[in-house]
Amino acid sequence: MTNTYNNVYINDTITIAGPYEAKGPLGSYFDKSYKDLYFGEKAWELAEIKMLTNCIEMLLDKIKMKNNKIDALISGDLLNQNISSNFTAAKLGIPMIGIYAACSTSTLGLIIASNMINSGVAKNIICSVSSHNCTSEKQFRQPVEYGGPKPKRATFTVTGAASALVSSKKSKIKITSSTLGTVVDAGIKDAFHMGAVMAPAAAKTIYTHLINTKTKPSDYDLILTGDLGRYGKDILKDYMKEEYNMELNNLDDSACMIYDINNQEVYAGGSGPACIPLVTYGYILDKMKKGKLKKVLMVATGSLHSQASVNLKQTIPAVSHAICLEATL
Amino acid sequence: MEKIKYQKLVDKHTPKENILLNALIGFIVGGFLGVVGEVLVELYSYYLHIPSKDASVFMIVTLIFIGCFLTALGFFDNLVKFAKCGLIVPITGFAHAMMSAALEYRKEGFVTGLGANMFKLAGSVILFGVVSAYVFGLLRIILIG
Repeated sequence: MTNTYNNVYINDTITIAGPYEAKGPLGSYFDKSYKDLYFGEKAWELAEIKMLTNCIEMLLDKIKMKNNKIDALISGDLLNQNISSNFTAAKLGIPMIGIYAACSTSTLGLIIASNMINSGVAKNIICSVSSHNCTSEKQFRQPVEYGGPKPKRATFTVTGAASALVSSKKSKIKITSSTLGTVVDAGIKDAFHMGAVMAPAAAKTIYTHLINTKTKPSDYDLILTGDLGRYGKDILKDYMKEEYNMELNNLDDSACMIYDINNQEVYAGGSGPACIPLVTYGYILDKMKKGKLKKVLMVATGSLHSQASVNLKQTIPAVSHAICLEATL
Repeated sequence: MEKIKYQKLVDKHTPKENILLNALIGFIVGGFLGVVGEVLVELYSYYLHIPSKDASVFMIVTLIFIGCFLTALGFFDNLVKFAKCGLIVPITGFAHAMMSAALEYRKEGFVTGLGANMFKLAGSVILFGVVSAYVFGLLRIILIG
């Protein structure tokens, strides 16, 4: 489903990064960063909740709005029962829509918010996501202190939280269109190789968006995928060429941008729901506001597996949602 | 695209692991750990005046303690990342797997967290170790008597 919008804007954003991300090449673009992974809490899950709460409170401060002026909070994360988002919502007292689309949660949130604002049912919506390296390692992989070797195709979950205020009030960043993706199962069972799992879903969403909005890849200054990693990015380029006969020359992947992938120990790159919004809200929007980029297609990708589905040797489905941002300078 | 064709495309872009190098590092480090174990056995039996059968139990306990202690100090995972199977296959790997799970779940309580999850990784080793010991013990009785 592709929608176009006339009056939906991203007014303000806040990004909070963990220590590893702050040391990366985009470190200076984040609003705040933590020096360790506990943030003064006793457990990582509590740390993630604190980070997300802190992120939304900083956004409310920045836009000088009270909680009761916000019509809805659309938030998601990776933890079971979305506890980071739900516990945050419990502290903030804003009507809550909890969503789960794995690492594509950020754009799914923006799509829901844009549709609500465009149709006039809501005025101000905060979209937020969070992920924490240690909570996801614990939930999806192995204990954090366990050092069993990982393959080069594995990814490193981003620690961070990002939130954005979406409203009909004019700003420099306009959301012009979006495409809600379909869940695609490409037959990959390897939970380490999430780039390969998600590339066909990203390709399908990009293709659908381009066809439905009657645009070509060259109409965009940048097509930014979520967290395919350095190998997944190459797979996507080849897949686009073979399946849809389309060249993606202006493609970049936030997994490869958030870390210095040659010098930081992150295997194929970053992953997690916070990956693409940290890069977009921190770095890309800054470039758009300075006029260096005009039209950006933000394509977040999510791998929809659980530990049980992997143990049951099921192939992994993936989903991808796209949102088009334009600078109104 | 067909799934087989896509798998080929994926394989083209999937990085190869350095199996030979990893095996070599594992062989050398694992072998070195074997030497350390042997030295410990000799030392224990010499200084404590115990038979080497008892001394090897002391050696195993020592290595388990070192594995657990370094895991708790937080840098054994980096050693394992480098040495790979050189530290995972020996008893240190078992200790590391158990200790890392214990550290991870300690905060969820002694019974519901630590107790229930400590053997998350190492549980299979214990279970199938006991099962195979039983099977081979039975075989030995049947064949040799």
